[in-house]
Amino acid sequence: MSELLTWPYPIRYGEETEISADVLVLGGGLAGCYAAISAARQGLQVALVDKSHPLHSGAGGTGIDHWMDCPANPASKITPEAYARSLITDFRGDFDNGIATYITARDSYDVLLELERMGMKIRDTEDEFKGADFRDEETRLLFAYDYENNHCVRIWGTGLKPALYRECKRLGVQMFARTMVTSLLTEGGQQGGRVVGATAINTRTGEFLVFKGKAAVLSMATPERVWIFSTEWTGLVGRDGPPTNSGNGHAMAWRAGAEFTMMENSSHEEWGGSTGIGSVMFGSGSSFATWHPCSIVDANGKEIPWVDKEGNPISTVAARSHPAPGQGVYALVLGGGEGGTLSVPHLIPDLDERIQRGEFALPLYADLPGMPAHERRVIFGLMVGQEGKSWPIYRNLAQAGFDPDQDMLQVYELGPAPLGWRRLRYGGLFHGWDLGSNLEGLYAGGQQVFNGCGASHACCTGRWAGNQAAEYAATASEPAIDRAQVEREKARVYAPVKRSDGMDWKELESGIAKVMQDYCGDVKTEELMNIGLQALDEIRRAEAQTLCARTPHELMRALEVLDILTCAELIVHSSLARRASTAWFGFSRLDYPEKDPPEWCKWVTVKLEGDRVKVDKRPLDYYAPLEENYETYNRSAS
Amino acid sequence: MTKVYALPNIVTPNRPVLFDEDACTGCNRCVEVCMSDIFIPNPEKGKPPIIIYPDECYYGAACVMECPHRDKGAIKLNWPLMQRMRWKRKDTGEHFRVGMPDPPPPNTRPPVE
Repeated sequence: MSELLTWPYPIRYGEETEISADVLVLGGGLAGCYAAISAARQGLQVALVDKSHPLHSGAGGTGIDHWMDCPANPASKITPEAYARSLITDFRGDFDNGIATYITARDSYDVLLELERMGMKIRDTEDEFKGADFRDEETRLLFAYDYENNHCVRIWGTGLKPALYRECKRLGVQMFARTMVTSLLTEGGQQGGRVVGATAINTRTGEFLVFKGKAAVLSMATPERVWIFSTEWTGLVGRDGPPTNSGNGHAMAWRAGAEFTMMENSSHEEWGGSTGIGSVMFGSGSSFATWHPCSIVDANGKEIPWVDKEGNPISTVAARSHPAPGQGVYALVLGGGEGGTLSVPHLIPDLDERIQRGEFALPLYADLPGMPAHERRVIFGLMVGQEGKSWPIYRNLAQAGFDPDQDMLQVYELGPAPLGWRRLRYGGLFHGWDLGSNLEGLYAGGQQVFNGCGASHACCTGRWAGNQAAEYAATASEPAIDRAQVEREKARVYAPVKRSDGMDWKELESGIAKVMQDYCGDVKTEELMNIGLQALDEIRRAEAQTLCARTPHELMRALEVLDILTCAELIVHSSLARRASTAWFGFSRLDYPEKDPPEWCKWVTVKLEGDRVKVDKRPLDYYAPLEENYETYNRSAS
Repeated sequence: MTKVYALPNIVTPNRPVLFDEDACTGCNRCVEVCMSDIFIPNPEKGKPPIIIYPDECYYGAACVMECPHRDKGAIKLNWPLMQRMRWKRKDTGEHFRVGMPDPPPPNTRPPVE
């Protein structure tokens, strides 16, 4: 660039605007938009605050290819009860958020129909796939993975976020784009008190906003960019979600005294795409998820064998999508335990060793031309074409001459499930059946719900949380903002723009990631993690105090990194609190190697009391009984 | 004599999106919807936006999706070199990649819409 450009937006550092609403929705992804819609349907004033732009923000922002956990559809052969039970116990060893899993299993078909009414396409109305093994001829729904039980629906999900956005607009939801929420405001400014509002900055002008509300739904994403950070390889990509996922909701709720669980369910195994070691997500050949059940061949055209969940060889393409006799249901369980990820038919698990022995020659390819025509078309034409990050992949590859009828896309990483996917379920707010947290007036949706993952989960929990928040707000007293708390937050937020010489956000973020790699990676011990906490605290007291921002945009990034620092501390505290290892999620303690001793088959919760971390344990099935509680708390008209 | 300036390194990758100046009308729709807010409007009206934070691109393509002139090639996602996918033609064994010299003709079949 030959000349310096003036910042294109007016600078409004410190200028303040107050906004009042009945319900505040903090985070405008799938869960947030749905929460706003369900609260607005109750006739309440709703303000939706989004760091990006709600038309395409969040992990489902530019598309979704499949709608998981949908056993209530008419073509399903499994009941929501049996499906939820299977997920909770068989696949996740009871380390599952039974509330969210059950709500999703019960509501996801109703929600899908609502989305269809809002304008998202969910059926093969053109009959392009007539007669396909995965199509229900009556409903024209297309299914994925398990063509026997039909609980996962293939959708035209590029239309999902636009449909929600239009509905928010139609219902008069006040939407604030480019507005980063920085803190929760509590009654009397007290940690642990009722949530009465939130503060935010406009990421283009730097203007300060004070949102006042009777109830708030927290619907931001899990923190990413915690263990791996570099923008020099493939841009600003974290574990797998969009770069906006910097754990702001987690960080602000933690500071406000909210109780968290499962934050130890995290790992340094962030998505390979962030390093470029893998390839463009969904844009390399695969046999998993979006690409299931695509054949994989080696450099000489030799097919990699498939096995079922028991490890028995599978001989036909069709059998990759049907449970073996007596096997029962299986589901794509993102982030499940070992049992979950391997429940779907998959490639031989010892592929790496067999490549090393010379049995298969690299490179490997996804053999689309070798697949039956309907499978080939649905994998590449629909799934790849509709999944968010791969929408441009179809178009760019086609433009570059790739033809799935004759070409085999190279495979870059394989396995039953890419390792990073096992960690898709992060921790979040510990909550009851109302999805309310321990802080009065604060509800959770989407990934803010502990172990939250997936589009149907996000929409269903968002809808549920919106209803609950609306019900609370309808009778709640007028919120009162504590001025001193606002002033403290203003001082914190603007500190980086008042400095002219110090560290920029990227170096600080890399430094935090290095601490997490070294002291809270796969090898975890008390000593290592205590050093880690000390190292994070040193960063907080030294380099973070020099953090500089030259524009409102850099200020947003700087505040994100401060939140990532807070999330890193939260993860280390949670990992210290669980003094046992487990076979069910990616957590092992070298100093407590015993797996799943009964006294640790519990939810371990952490929260801040002043500067002290309070640890607690709750029974895994604290939410029981499922059906009765669901009926008691269900507020959806349909 | 060629004038040489003392310049710092530039951030990379730095061309996540390619604009076609002739097809782009400078409507700034992409600026509005970008997930990471990597663009700013061009000070010159009617010109393509400036990619001010190319290193923050998520390659999520909201910009391409929303572009009213994308069919005319006004905007195109441009993956970093290390992320340009390779493939092999099954019958002939020929190797190809995105961005190769002398590429094969485009495949014009649209996705399932």
